[in-house]
Amino acid sequence: MSTPMPSEPWEQQEKAPAVKKFMYVNRRAPYGTIYALESLEVVLIAAAFEQDVSLVFIDDGVYQLKKGQDTGEIGMKNFSPTFRALEGYDVEKLYVEKESLWTRGLTEDDLVVPVQVVAREELREFMDQQEVILSF
Amino acid sequence: MKLGILVNEGPYQHQASDTAYQFTKAALEKGHEIFRIFFYNDGVNNGSGLGVPPQDDRNVTKLWSDLAEKHDLDLVVCIAAAQRRGILDEREAKRHGKNSSNLAPGFRISGLGQLIEAGIQADRLVVFGD
Repeated sequence: MSTPMPSEPWEQQEKAPAVKKFMYVNRRAPYGTIYALESLEVVLIAAAFEQDVSLVFIDDGVYQLKKGQDTGEIGMKNFSPTFRALEGYDVEKLYVEKESLWTRGLTEDDLVVPVQVVAREELREFMDQQEVILSF
Repeated sequence: MKLGILVNEGPYQHQASDTAYQFTKAALEKGHEIFRIFFYNDGVNNGSGLGVPPQDDRNVTKLWSDLAEKHDLDLVVCIAAAQRRGILDEREAKRHGKNSSNLAPGFRISGLGQLIEAGIQADRLVVFGD
């Protein structure tokens, strides 16, 4: 067995030359598909690269942040507490689309972390300013 | 232009990897540079060398391998996503006590940092998924 391949940012050969605006768009419910979990895994790794990161939750993606998730009976790990750890990774810009919350009968008080609620039009402008958008 | 490509769906179930392949091929023909192609989510299944599609159908994995050989492309399969789904190179297979590996020629296994690096280094990161 040889040494593992460089898989962590601090092991990378090339250094990041600049800070870019990265946006992670979470569109899907937390369970049912793996997109939400694997999106969060990217965000956690990406945090170490010290880029300008923002997370956006739209459509059923807003359910990822819902308080009181209990996954016991579906045999999956409840990963929603991880969103509370994002602050420690300096990932502090979380945006939730107002229309997506409203149409699902949710308010900011239903979410596990403090977020900025933004209207669809505002979010569109915000997306325009990004340099890298990863949509899950 | 320097492009990064992200493929988030497996072959056959979704058209995403076919489209990513055709986009990559067209970009290369136009003289663009492909910094890296990163496979994530079920996209890691593009790297399985054990697929045997019918003879009158395209072999998506082989298309990628051949294109990589021709243009010296960097095809990177996410290690975390690959391990979940049973995509292993020889070293990973040994490390986890598995008796076989299946990573197709031209692909390599590495971490998500390679995706972020592609986002930083490339002029555009183009995402193919659902």
